[in-house]
Amino acid sequence: MSVAAPSATTTMTYREAVRLAMREELLRDEDVFLMGEEIGVFEGSYKVTAGLFREFGPVRVRETPISEEGFVGAAIGAAMMGLRPVVEIMTLNFILVAMDQVVNHAAKIRYMFGGEVGCPLVIRTPNGGGSQLTAQHSQSFEVFFAHTPGLKVVAPSTPADARGLLKAAIRDDDPILVVENLQSYKIKGEVPEDPDHVVEIGRAAVTREGSDITLVAHSFAATRALRVAERLRADHGVSAEVVDLRSLRPLDTETVVRSVAKTNRALCVDEGWSTYGISAEITSRIQRACFDDLDAPVERVGLAEVPMPYAKNLERAALVNDEKIEAAALSVLGLGPDIFSS
Amino acid sequence: MPSSVAKPRSTNRRSPRRDGDGAPDSSHGLDLYERMALIRVFEEEVERQYKRARIGGYCHLASGQEGATVGAVHPLLEDDLLFSSYRTHGLALARGVDPDAVMAELFGREGGSAHGRGGSMHLLDFSKGFLGGWGIVTGQLPLATGAALALTYRGKPNAVMCELGDAATNMGAWHESLNLAGIWDLPIVFLVLNNQYGMGTSVEKASAEPELYKRASAFRMHGERVDGQDVEAVLGAADRLLRRAREERKPAVLEVITYRYRGHSVADAGTAYRTAVEIETWKERDPIALYRQRLLDERRVGEAQIEAIDARVEKRVEQAVAFAEASPEPPTDSLAQHLHGDPASAEQFARMGPGSPFGERELVLEGLGR
Repeated sequence: MSVAAPSATTTMTYREAVRLAMREELLRDEDVFLMGEEIGVFEGSYKVTAGLFREFGPVRVRETPISEEGFVGAAIGAAMMGLRPVVEIMTLNFILVAMDQVVNHAAKIRYMFGGEVGCPLVIRTPNGGGSQLTAQHSQSFEVFFAHTPGLKVVAPSTPADARGLLKAAIRDDDPILVVENLQSYKIKGEVPEDPDHVVEIGRAAVTREGSDITLVAHSFAATRALRVAERLRADHGVSAEVVDLRSLRPLDTETVVRSVAKTNRALCVDEGWSTYGISAEITSRIQRACFDDLDAPVERVGLAEVPMPYAKNLERAALVNDEKIEAAALSVLGLGPDIFSS
Repeated sequence: MPSSVAKPRSTNRRSPRRDGDGAPDSSHGLDLYERMALIRVFEEEVERQYKRARIGGYCHLASGQEGATVGAVHPLLEDDLLFSSYRTHGLALARGVDPDAVMAELFGREGGSAHGRGGSMHLLDFSKGFLGGWGIVTGQLPLATGAALALTYRGKPNAVMCELGDAATNMGAWHESLNLAGIWDLPIVFLVLNNQYGMGTSVEKASAEPELYKRASAFRMHGERVDGQDVEAVLGAADRLLRRAREERKPAVLEVITYRYRGHSVADAGTAYRTAVEIETWKERDPIALYRQRLLDERRVGEAQIEAIDARVEKRVEQAVAFAEASPEPPTDSLAQHLHGDPASAEQFARMGPGSPFGERELVLEGLGR
């Protein structure tokens, strides 16, 4: 943690913030190296690694064939040897073919061998939908990983958190999935200039204070929640508090619970499917910890429970959007139609 | 680097048991014999202990494969690395993992190589360059490939040996790992212990190319096959391919033809898919009996020396059982220990508590702090 000039910041996009984090960590520690498809000459499918291959060369920025099970596993093996690989999976969707390596190997190595060997691995990958990429390329199933003991999962929504959490993940001794978001890459924000600034894993952020309802979200849904909170204020005079989880495992329930104890109402927003999802977990913990504080049932908004369709109108109907979140919030507040009973 | 991340050692001493030219002299002969005999006696004892319910879970024995195992592992240098599948007792012992720690692990005791968290399939001794027994078929191949990548990243002159069974060569991770090893010029030898069956399915039924070493050619990689019942033949081939990997950064496939006398695991009699005649025929070429006879025929050792070894390994295994019996069970309140290694983990999880499901706070969140 840095104490130097916390106020000095630079404006940059989320994409630039992720790139800066990798560049800084590559410069800081020779054991850090990048791996992934098209991250070198091609500069990354979403240009996140642009310039790094030229600066650091093919050993530190290792281009891989399309072979996720192979190169994710290779990164795990290299991490067992004490290196700190940072793997890019082009989008979260493609990690499924490496699921055995992530869940059956990376997550279990330290425990299964009684602490005799570790796995300081980072996998970073964007989730999300909304560009007519259809069923196999629009998913947000980070809950699969947050469900798994042995893994840590973070999902920043702002440029500052994207840089700070990725740096924290790279410096951490355990395997971590860093969930980025295709819609978030172009978001601009202030990022601290201090190269040693990191954001602590396991801490949620109250990104907007309010008193009437708590919106709990992560990744791009947390950005949407902030927008919706403004609409609720402007259109309905509602004071909504937004908790950006930032970290899914470990989960900062304490911050969520403190907020709900104050607002007495909660809506969980998740770009993924709600059923058995992140929002299910949050809801369960809120009902246990805030049973006597709640003025309404805790509710959830998530992706329609279908694979993502192609047609623009159907995709719009499936996605979480600001209107759905607003309608859900008004329902929880008793200020709009009850959309959850029935 | 935090102490919680294991680091490879920096030295690269040759094993004192090796003269380096690949041709064992009499002391090597006795050493090879002793290692094979230890594995055989150890595994026979493991089966007895399993039947007494002192060992649980899956338990995959490899009696009959000792020539393949010891021949392949013996030429590894101290700083070389070995990965294995779940049929792992013999490989661990051949690599020099303490028999006490192996038996204690099978007993589920704190003194085990994984402190009772891994069991039969997940032995490991990082200090011996034995990077684990792995339970998912072919799962260890990408890891071993990455360990070889780490060796080249750090400019180490060493190699990785990755053991797998015949059935693993039908999995995607096999193809992906060989491809990566090929394009990245990695120092790794994929050791296929072909014991003729993946569980109860024969190689001929499972593999469109049953001559498994030939699959290396799909990656323009050297592949060869050797008789696993001849420990010195295996040793010679493994030594040659490991040198090539270390010195020329060339990966290879070594297919070793062998046989397991027992079933897939102790729960399988091993008779539904093969005949008693087949098993007996293989036992006529038992790698330990063949080697014993060869050492005597070539007058490299005397009968008394062999008998002394036989007695010694019996005692060694008895000692391992005694150690395992005496080793305590892992404390129940250590359930969450080793889940994470970063020193900050307890702090990271500290705010998860409110609304925790049953047991999480006591066993996991607080346990992480230990």
